Amino acid sequence: MEATVTTANNEKTWGGGNEPLGASYGKMMMWFFIVSDALTFSGFLAAYGFSRFKFIETWPLADEVFTHFPFMHGNPQPMLYVALMTFILIFSSVTMVLAVDAGHHLKKTKVAIYMFLTIIGGLIFVGSQAWEWKNFIKGEYGAVETVGGSLLQFVDKDGKRVALEEFAVKLPEQPEELTRAKGKWFMESAETVPTYSVADVQAGFKAHPELLIRTEHLTAEKKKTVLTRAESEARLSTAKYVVEGANLTRNEYGSKLFADFFFFITGFHGFHVFSGVIINIIIFFNVLLGTYEKRRSYEMVEKVGLYWHFVDLVWVFVFTVFYLV
Amino acid sequence: MSHDHEYVSNTKRIWFVFGLLSLVTTVEVFLGIYKPGFLEFNHFVGLNLLNWIFYILTIFKAYYIVWAFMHMEGEKSSLRWSVVSPVIFLVLYLLFILLTEGHYIYGVFKDSTIKWNF
Repeated sequence: MEATVTTANNEKTWGGGNEPLGASYGKMMMWFFIVSDALTFSGFLAAYGFSRFKFIETWPLADEVFTHFPFMHGNPQPMLYVALMTFILIFSSVTMVLAVDAGHHLKKTKVAIYMFLTIIGGLIFVGSQAWEWKNFIKGEYGAVETVGGSLLQFVDKDGKRVALEEFAVKLPEQPEELTRAKGKWFMESAETVPTYSVADVQAGFKAHPELLIRTEHLTAEKKKTVLTRAESEARLSTAKYVVEGANLTRNEYGSKLFADFFFFITGFHGFHVFSGVIINIIIFFNVLLGTYEKRRSYEMVEKVGLYWHFVDLVWVFVFTVFYLV
Repeated sequence: MSHDHEYVSNTKRIWFVFGLLSLVTTVEVFLGIYKPGFLEFNHFVGLNLLNWIFYILTIFKAYYIVWAFMHMEGEKSSLRWSVVSPVIFLVLYLLFILLTEGHYIYGVFKDSTIKWNF
């Protein structure tokens, strides 16, 4: 290496005003934020991978969980709705990048229109996520949890899922949901009582000899194991809870951690989309007011654009990890 | 301002990338619904071919989002590397540690008398 020759130019290096990375302060800070947020999401997704590897033989099949599509009730459409959501988010990314592009040419009206479309896309996406959550929480078939914490689902002879309400009988003695008025003073908030008790389900199962039990275990063909009738009866006798839908404690789809991660990761992503929409709205009004027109620079649009694309980027990974793999 | 370099409009490229991302997503959904058996049950380095395809396509999409939409291709290479290399390194590290440990715990539950109950 040759020795560096000191020139007059070098003085300027330490004199300030340099941009070694060629980005303005605001844009740099947005990249800082994006890198740290990317690592946060990676941590969550890696933790999901950790838990999934732990319970690799019993993890729920995403195809069976996310099957709802608006106006197509009772007609399972695995993946389609989430694919639609992905398209909506990609498209809102496109309108965002078009807004940035129009900003470079100082076309105020065009920027405003594209920003508006981006906001609409974001709102549709958040709404879709809420709808997906609603279906997930409500559940479809119901299941039974054993004392050991395993989940048992019900199928007919052809392996088709059977919902609890199709066979469970209402026995005369019903557990009563405790209210504050009837509770004891030391009562913790009681769990909501499911529609059917364990005894209801067991009696209904006995009355329907064609029913079988499906465990969480995956076979070599990546299908859930279906037990024989005798095994099913034995397993069902260890039932402890009736599980309908999903919450943070237990869910009818299988591993408890599956629902926890679903709520946490898609919730955190949905919160990002929501805050992105709010920031986009603020910038949209600034565009309308002509703030950036006066500055002769639409760099603010570029910065929120970076955030918005990042949200899309995260969704690409969430989509793969939760719905495809 | 910071934009010393000439900015060229690239709406054409934006629509091209949109088409590409849509196409890749369609392929992913198609594979996700039909799950061809020869892909799902053939493994390569501990991961089945279908999942390999999903991960590769995801990274392909991520590349286009960052490079075209976030305009990384127009940034200086110093900024590019400052952003991309720490993320790639730390994510690989995190995945290696967590997935190895997850697999180990799976073995503990499987081969010993401890049964999971949480």
